[in-house]
Amino acid sequence: MTLPEGTRERWVRTGGIELCVAELGDPSDPTVVLVHGYPDSKEVWSATASRLADRCHVVMYDVRGHGRSSAPRPLRGGFTLEKLTDDFLAVADAVSPDRPVHLVGHDWGSVQAWEFASVKRTEGRIASFTSISGPSLDHFGHWIDKRVKRPTPRRVGELLGQGAKSWYVYLLHTPVLPELAWRGPLGKYWPRFLERVEKVPGDGYPTSSLPTDAAHGAWLYRDNVRARLRHPRPDAYAHAPVQLITPLGDAFLSEQLYDELERWAPQLTRRTIPARHWVPRSRPDQLASWISDFVTSVEGGRPEPVKATGRHADRFGGQLVLVTGAGSGIGRATAFAFAEAGARVVAVDRDAEAALRTAELARLIGAPQAWAETVDVSDEQAMEKLAEKVAAEYGVVDVLVNNAGIGLSGSFFDTTPEDWKKVLDVNLWGVIHGCRLFGKQMAERGQGGHIVNTASAAAYQPSKALPAYSASKAAVLMLSECLRAELAGQGIGVTAVCPGFVNTGITSTARFAGVDAEEEKRRQKRTARLYGLRNYPPEKVADAILRAVVRGEAVVPVTPEARAAHLMSRFMPRALRAIARLEPPL
Amino acid sequence: MTTAAGELTQRLRGFRTVQRLAYECAEAVAARLEPGVTERDAARMQREWLRERGVRDWFHLPFAWFGDRTAFVNFRVPLQFFPTGRRLEPGMPFILDMAPVYEGYTADIGYSGSLGANPVQNRLMDDLEAHRELILNAVRERRPLREIYEDVDRLMVRQGYANRHRAYPFGVIAHKVGRVRERRWSPRLFGFGTQSLKGLAADALHGHREGWSPLWSRYRFSDHPPHPGLWAVEPHLGFRGTGAKFEELLVVTDSTDPEQSAFWLDDDLPHVRRWAEDK
Repeated sequence: MTLPEGTRERWVRTGGIELCVAELGDPSDPTVVLVHGYPDSKEVWSATASRLADRCHVVMYDVRGHGRSSAPRPLRGGFTLEKLTDDFLAVADAVSPDRPVHLVGHDWGSVQAWEFASVKRTEGRIASFTSISGPSLDHFGHWIDKRVKRPTPRRVGELLGQGAKSWYVYLLHTPVLPELAWRGPLGKYWPRFLERVEKVPGDGYPTSSLPTDAAHGAWLYRDNVRARLRHPRPDAYAHAPVQLITPLGDAFLSEQLYDELERWAPQLTRRTIPARHWVPRSRPDQLASWISDFVTSVEGGRPEPVKATGRHADRFGGQLVLVTGAGSGIGRATAFAFAEAGARVVAVDRDAEAALRTAELARLIGAPQAWAETVDVSDEQAMEKLAEKVAAEYGVVDVLVNNAGIGLSGSFFDTTPEDWKKVLDVNLWGVIHGCRLFGKQMAERGQGGHIVNTASAAAYQPSKALPAYSASKAAVLMLSECLRAELAGQGIGVTAVCPGFVNTGITSTARFAGVDAEEEKRRQKRTARLYGLRNYPPEKVADAILRAVVRGEAVVPVTPEARAAHLMSRFMPRALRAIARLEPPL
Repeated sequence: MTTAAGELTQRLRGFRTVQRLAYECAEAVAARLEPGVTERDAARMQREWLRERGVRDWFHLPFAWFGDRTAFVNFRVPLQFFPTGRRLEPGMPFILDMAPVYEGYTADIGYSGSLGANPVQNRLMDDLEAHRELILNAVRERRPLREIYEDVDRLMVRQGYANRHRAYPFGVIAHKVGRVRERRWSPRLFGFGTQSLKGLAADALHGHREGWSPLWSRYRFSDHPPHPGLWAVEPHLGFRGTGAKFEELLVVTDSTDPEQSAFWLDDDLPHVRRWAEDK
């Protein structure tokens, strides 16, 4: 993979080394310096850089000994963090002599950048630092130290866990072997390994310089790791605001490494992303959006007008979330919960006023942006139009919540074909349209995502009072399970939520088949009162939805009765069938 | 007839005076709140302010709620209403709620505010205006109190908020207040003045015989048209850890003229002025 079009290359000389520096975007914009890791070259940033270029002046450089930069002679002792800091300062002075730069590092790029951001001589040269998958060796040293000197079962577990994940570090410390492996079979099979195990797109990267890069880069470890872990600096405090992006599926670094990071970097912004180690290649959209948001907020003096305070702000901050049926009940509560977590929210409802209200309040509690869309989910063409509009104006949806649904109660023989059509159109076809249109956009983008479908406890709890509703919800449950299997390979999770009796407006709009209007009204009132007495708040369902997305759960029964029925459907189905025969107290 | 009307207006004047006094107290205390003040401090400030001005008895002692306690988050038992050591921070919403008895007249008021700007609470306060109108109009139509309660509930849901007055004892949106005999010794039971509780209990007994209740709630005992008297109405909105309410006296009479059958005791109150200013 080559660098994006319009990239300008130049050479910077420092300490007898020539560094290859690539620039993109308008130099008058804030400068972002991207530092690559091991075994990589600056091209690893191509996808991210091109997405940042319209808002930032993007600078990438090949670390000494990598890509087109020259290597120090001799190699031993040529890769110390002090020398890498010299390189960074030389590049920063060349590309942005007057203004401090925003630093972004991935893997070893982040390890170095922690050094840049915490030593005295770079003070005033770094405006912000975004760290991805690369801890400071000093912090790491203190982390190990604490766990060795004061072991508790948990700390020992953490130590052993990270110790196992660092297997390659030990191998890289053996002489000659790593070089031979990289120049031989490992270098050859590396791209295929990345595609298969790390799920990065096969786009022509790594460059042909990989074997040499990797062979030289081994000295990054040999020159620094042992020395720093044994004697970590006691004063490794970051002197710039730090944003930490942690990929949750990282095979080389455990999350616990960053547990005490606030000590070293006060006012830390945490982000988590469900992806593997090479996020600059597998999740460039999300990365670019977080980097540019952070840069903008730092440049603007870190104003904090409405701060996202929700529990999962690290995960959903800046993501695009679309919720159908967001004008009331569970949909509205879910939109609010995502808004609180800092997500951008599209509130879809057929009631324009209610959707508008949801969007308005969502902005008030932390959503950086929120929009209302008036669409009936059962209307295929309207949904197609919505999908086009959302993709064109707001972007690709990261989390889709197919929540819109209607209630229908009454005996099977009282349920007319029109009733059936109506309930299936909304409850099932609405979900199908949502998954089909927005799920497709997610899959085509290839950067993961999540779909949540609101099924119901009625999906596995049969009842003689709810044949049509239960059938529609059972279909949603199975659709979700099948879709989950299909999309698993593309990093897209699918969750079916089965709430149970939740105090929402569904009761007062539910249709009761086979009774006259007056009786229907009475039953609606009666059900609403019963649900009100049960009083399970939709906010709790919303919390369950966010938790399910974070954990990637498949089926989520929410209320205690929904959980009980779910267990019974597995272990005591006959008891459940007996319950199905009961007459509801209406 | 004129004497009866005159007596009525004189009585109302008494209630209006104490309600104004209470709102003055709320504004004075709110102005003195600063970061680090605890709920207990705020409650004491209200108590002292009113004591200095001649208040000797209470319907209930002053309450103060800060932060997410304004929305009664995780309130399970009534003891949680009492002021705690929670400290006020910049941007935090607060609610002051007091019910002094002055010269035998009772007021029960609620005052919502925040230390610095709080856009969410601001919004909640704006949206409370619709509730004040809804309640007055429905009472004038003589609709059963239970139905009015449910209408308020529906409006809250439509606005996107949660009903937080259901957390109050008996889940009341309003309760009756009346005149209290002044005694030298005015003991209190769980923060409630015994004289006022006695009045409430007497009302409850009468009401039980006659088919009405001094408590206005969602339950069956409120399934009756508005009963003449003074009602302290307190719709309380909650939205994700922020709460807002107003509380003031609604006068209900048995007049056939809708205008006279129900009206707010005073329209010159902080929240009403605020809505008028916004227009």
